[in-house]
Amino acid sequence: MTVPIQCRPDEVFVLNLGPQHPATHGVLRVKLTMDGEYIVKAEPVLGYIHRMHEKMAEAGSFAQFMPNTARMDYLHALAYNHGYVLAVERAAGIEVPERAEYIRVITVELNRLSSHLLWWAAFLLDLGGFTPLLYAFDDRERILDLLERITGSRLTYCYFRFGGVYNDIDDEFIAGTRDFIKRLRSRLPRMYHDLVTHNIILIKRLKDIGFITPEQCRRYGATGPVARGSGINYDVRKNEPYSVYPEFDFDVPVYTECDSMARYMVRMDEIEQSLRIIEQALDKLPDGPVKAKKVPKILKPPAGDYYAAVEAARGAFGCRLVCDGGKSAYRLKLRSPTFCNLSLFGEVAEGMLLADALAFMGSLDLVIPEIDR
Amino acid sequence: MDTSIWRPIIYLICFMAFAGLNAAYLGWCERKGAGRIQRRTGPMEVGFHGLLQPLADGLKLMSKQLLVPEGVDHILFRIAPILAMIPALTSMVVIPFSDNIQGRALELSVLLLFALASIGMIAILIGGWASGNKYAVISAARAVSQNLAYEIPMLITVITIVMITGSMNLQDIAMDQQGGFWHWNIFRFDKSIFMPVSFIIFFICSVAETNRAPFDMAEAESELIAGFMTEYSSMGFGLFMMGEYLNIVVGACLTTILFLGGWSCPFGLFPGVWWFLIKIYILIFTFIWIRWTYPRTQVYKLLNLSWKILIPFSLVNLLVTAAFIKVF
Amino acid sequence: MSAYWNDVFGGAKSLAIGLSITAREFFKPVITMQYPWEVPEIPERFRGHIELVRDEKTGRPKCVCCGMCMRSCPSGCISLVGKKPEGEKKKVLTKYQLDFTKCSLCGSCIESCNFGAIRFSKDYNLASTRKEDYVFDLLKRLEEQG
Repeated sequence: MTVPIQCRPDEVFVLNLGPQHPATHGVLRVKLTMDGEYIVKAEPVLGYIHRMHEKMAEAGSFAQFMPNTARMDYLHALAYNHGYVLAVERAAGIEVPERAEYIRVITVELNRLSSHLLWWAAFLLDLGGFTPLLYAFDDRERILDLLERITGSRLTYCYFRFGGVYNDIDDEFIAGTRDFIKRLRSRLPRMYHDLVTHNIILIKRLKDIGFITPEQCRRYGATGPVARGSGINYDVRKNEPYSVYPEFDFDVPVYTECDSMARYMVRMDEIEQSLRIIEQALDKLPDGPVKAKKVPKILKPPAGDYYAAVEAARGAFGCRLVCDGGKSAYRLKLRSPTFCNLSLFGEVAEGMLLADALAFMGSLDLVIPEIDR
Repeated sequence: MDTSIWRPIIYLICFMAFAGLNAAYLGWCERKGAGRIQRRTGPMEVGFHGLLQPLADGLKLMSKQLLVPEGVDHILFRIAPILAMIPALTSMVVIPFSDNIQGRALELSVLLLFALASIGMIAILIGGWASGNKYAVISAARAVSQNLAYEIPMLITVITIVMITGSMNLQDIAMDQQGGFWHWNIFRFDKSIFMPVSFIIFFICSVAETNRAPFDMAEAESELIAGFMTEYSSMGFGLFMMGEYLNIVVGACLTTILFLGGWSCPFGLFPGVWWFLIKIYILIFTFIWIRWTYPRTQVYKLLNLSWKILIPFSLVNLLVTAAFIKVF
Repeated sequence: MSAYWNDVFGGAKSLAIGLSITAREFFKPVITMQYPWEVPEIPERFRGHIELVRDEKTGRPKCVCCGMCMRSCPSGCISLVGKKPEGEKKKVLTKYQLDFTKCSLCGSCIESCNFGAIRFSKDYNLASTRKEDYVFDLLKRLEEQG
């Protein structure tokens, strides 16, 4: 709820939030002009963790850029792997075997679950609830164990390859994933919804706070749960299907309340949808190779302009690849969803209370390295 | 013995030891409790099950430099932590642990306790103000508005109790509830049918008064870093922490005496100080349990809770009690 | 007015449910691993820093000093030197250095190696305050192993 701000310019003070602040989840700095506890103006300051990923893509070969993709959004690294791999595959015209596509979907969705669980945990931490963090980490740890078994790493995965995946999944992974689905389904209603979602304190803090209109979402290019919480039915997996997503039956949760609670609910529902997708993918998993044959070691895609987008946990991640026929990209533009989602913060946080603004920031689900790239 | 000079000295030593042990070991209990709730072990390494952890923490805090940043109000900055600790310690004097264990029996001990509790809020205010830190000042302002809002329903419920007992002496209030648990004020349905509600209101208020989660507006670490304690280091910080735990002990003692019959046994067996201790530690565990269950409220929602729910409810209870006392 | 009573009673109920959940968790066994005392099982595909593979027949490293790993590394953390001893046809590895401060464990080097001469190790207990400690001499490491 926005209140009209009428304050004398000499009555305001500037509060520097970050770059080291418990609620900014990294090195985001927000310059807040405050009138008491009300925010008059909020100005996010970026660039504290800028690492020139886009330039690095121009320097090395296509394969050498792969590990960088995982370091942007470290919470949903596999989606970034996927986006980049898709763009290069489109450029080089590589066909991916079906089993590899399924494995990609399974791992990406597992990673999305882990990302959403971590968001949930950190969001509750922003709101001052410590215990849910540990409960969510209990579940998330199991996903990480599963993914570690097949990819070899726990956070910054580098698992996808042009034309497939690094290595095959085994029966133990499939059984473990099925167990995990069962476990999370049984825990969701009690440990997540009863403990937190239905809690009156949480409802009071999120309802009608952080109102983002659909018009604002379009203006700033917000995607993902932020847009879907504002009633915009846009999910790259449905609207511009890629990989084998069209073969699965899943819903895109959309809420029209536009407040923080709506964004919260979108993500909670997405957890269930991801479980559905993984289950179907495991059922349909075909046999076959996991890597395309005849992928040259040094890729030289023909000159041209290619684009691939994937639905990451935070929104649409786009990879625009311009090739000049050489062995490295002429230009690689990475469209990161959080950058657009954060841009909303300044406008929406005006007139909010400090505590509400931080809850609102948590509901945007920011990952700072991805904003700065 | 009663008139000898030794009595106050022995009491002083005992109460100081009790307060000190509580201030140190409640921190340990809190960490263990939080650990168990979150299915961790909590401190394990220092001593058996981390029992020496409070000592290690104290040693660490004392060996650190007491940093006084530039631009603070030097006098107030140093007074604040002491002021946070002393009133809680002083409150121990009038609390009757049993029918014969009480530092000093005062006729108006209830009033004294509330007066001392308000000083704790002033400690936060001047600590936050003197720090000259924006986060600390916001925190101080929040603490004051919160304490003001929560003292009203708390006092109204206490008035209910005082009306039932007809005394402001904690000893008398506790003596009035001797016998089984049906004599306790919480179940005194012959005086008012809303006594359990009254107990819950009082308990919520004491959580808010001690600045504990979910009402820890003053030190909301995800918003205000550490609130009024941001600029404090070493034992300055340590005293604030100890003051917080002592306030919890005092709050639990007060709740026990006002509502749970003080040192009386629920079944009328062996009344004594042990029942008092069992009751206060159950209440303290509830404090810890609540803290590690809920997210934090927001400052205006907190005031709403007080002004729109707690105060009307406690007023209704006051009226009902008055009617019951008049009619029966 | 009904919204008010809903808030009061519904809210109180939700808070009580919350307390009951955490109370139940309180009595459940601990699930964390006490790390230094218990060590997790390292999965087969764990990515530690790379190490050289020994050729069981000759006892020497399998590496033929082609330098593919060096060229494929995105961060340039591998440097190797091979010499051709008198009277032998193949090069022999004399130095293989990994600058682990730059390595991101992507595995490009392992994939680029056509001879299976390097693999991921299972070392994860790496801690030091000096940067030089992370420049590993893998050839020496291999010799020390065995």
